[in-house]
Amino acid sequence: MSALLELSGINTYYGQMHILQDVSLKIGEGELVSLLGGNASGKSTTLKTILGIVPARTGNVRFGGEDVTARRTSYRIGRGMAIVPENRRLFAPMTVLENLEMGAYLQGDGMKEGLERVYSLFPIVYERRQQLAGTLSGGEQQMVAMRRALMSRPKLLLMDEPSMGLAPILVERSFEIIQQVHASGVAMLVVEQNANMALSIADRGYVLSTGRLVLEGAAKELLAHEDLRKAYLGR
Amino acid sequence: MGGIHLLAGFDSFTLTWPYFFDQLVAGLTLGSLYALLALGYSMVYGILKLLNFAHGEVFMIGSYIGYFVLTALGGAASPDVPIVVLLLLMFAAGMLGSGLLGVAIERFAYRPLRSAPRIAPLISALGVSFFLQQLATLLFGSIPKQYNTFGLHNGSLFNRITLGNFQIQYMQLIVVVSAVVLMLALTQLVARTKVGRAMRATSFDLEAASMMGIDIDRVIMFTFFVGSALAGAGGVMNGLIFQNVNAYVGFNAGLKAFTAAVVGGIGSIKGAMFGGLTIGVAQAFATGYLSSAYQDVIVFALLVVILLMRPTGLFGTPALQKV
Ligand SMILES: Nc1ncnc2c1ncn2[C@@H]1O[C@H](COP(=O)(O)OP(=O)(O)OP(=O)(O)O)[C@@H](O)[C@H]1O
Ligand SMILES: [Mg+2]
Repeated sequence: MSALLELSGINTYYGQMHILQDVSLKIGEGELVSLLGGNASGKSTTLKTILGIVPARTGNVRFGGEDVTARRTSYRIGRGMAIVPENRRLFAPMTVLENLEMGAYLQGDGMKEGLERVYSLFPIVYERRQQLAGTLSGGEQQMVAMRRALMSRPKLLLMDEPSMGLAPILVERSFEIIQQVHASGVAMLVVEQNANMALSIADRGYVLSTGRLVLEGAAKELLAHEDLRKAYLGR
Repeated sequence: MGGIHLLAGFDSFTLTWPYFFDQLVAGLTLGSLYALLALGYSMVYGILKLLNFAHGEVFMIGSYIGYFVLTALGGAASPDVPIVVLLLLMFAAGMLGSGLLGVAIERFAYRPLRSAPRIAPLISALGVSFFLQQLATLLFGSIPKQYNTFGLHNGSLFNRITLGNFQIQYMQLIVVVSAVVLMLALTQLVARTKVGRAMRATSFDLEAASMMGIDIDRVIMFTFFVGSALAGAGGVMNGLIFQNVNAYVGFNAGLKAFTAAVVGGIGSIKGAMFGGLTIGVAQAFATGYLSSAYQDVIVFALLVVILLMRPTGLFGTPALQKV
């Protein structure tokens, strides 16, 4: 399988603090990969390094066969990356519609079509389009954040803890959408602390611990892995 | 309608409605100029959380550009072009020149320091401010340049239009109307255009905006251009009203406009407009009824009182908790 995204030998710093240490990972076309790890293990930093929001000090990021290590975030998004950030990060003082438009910022003509797709699939979003995003409930915000990320029809969707802060029923709903998106052929990297849930829908998984990848493998194998359980119980 | 006999020491001349309206009109004129200038402080602060101390100097350069255009076109007494064209060219050149200056300042004085501790760009801003003051003194001399707009069309622009007790000079009308047009244009730009949405998104959450593919550097550059162009327009207006420009004219106006931005709620566009008018009117009444010596005392007392009542300013929203 040709890799859509490939990180090799990534080292990322915040000032003097060495966060990601020699991280290498791959995501194939259309693959669903989960990235697991405890608090402060560097999961969000990995996503930010992929997007170029935090620069990698050493190592390479390749996307769609192209070395994008030196490219800015806007370029990478334009090539087909999108993210549902941690805590959703909707633009609270802007309307739902404006938030969706931001998701298609680089799209130009594709925007109308994207909006219609979202509206027909999710009439609730259409009803709420003029509501300020900050006044939506947590669950609604999560739905809008996912729609926003899909507006650009990305090849690779990054998701940072989509289940965080949601009621169990909404967590299930989120995972259903993740599976739908996956089924439509979009590759995904899903960051989760809820390892069981994440691995149950993933093709493969990686486990981060204090900035290093300590485990990787097929999701089924990881689910059964003794060390993973220990890692989670022991953290 | 007679006098209002409330305060001792106020004479029969100042205690009349026409005098009151004169102060109000002068205040609104000055206030719309402050509002234009305050917008630049507010927009830049909204996105970069930076107090752009050099903004007053951008206004000053805009005022000089207006002067040079006026002079190049024959001067106020005998302009080579119709007055409307003359004024439009002064505004256009002042806005363009100031806009480009603002972009250059951001590019060379702020952008290299964007990830530095917050004190660094602040000091850089002060440096740019002094640099531009000195440069203007060096290039244009320490004697103020005279707009002499009293000379335009035999002074008829300073004639008054009378509506009952209410009188306004043509020149004041020109300033207020231009300011309103520019502010409406800005409001529409921010509310309705794609770049406007990008500005609002970036101002709310810069990192999330970059996650949407927004080129933050371009949004910042555009914000500096627009804010500085408005300051340039303010500079030209200042010359038209006060008749002259010197290298330090931006310091005082900048201070008042910055106060206006804080009073309105820094980061808020509506706040900057409203704050500008409030400060302008307060200053005019202080000058008109007390003494020009008290104008700054009144203005800054107003600042303190408003901030005590509303620490985030009149239209400011309390900082949202971002996790
Ligand atoms: N902007 C920043 N500046 C400095 N340090 C940071 C910054 N962002 C994250 N860190 C630090 O980097 C480390 C990894 O953070 P990161 O957010 O990647 O962890 P995470 O695995 O996503 O954690 P969580 O599960 O809590 O979201 C932490 O120690 C964190 O404090
Ligand atoms: Mg995280």
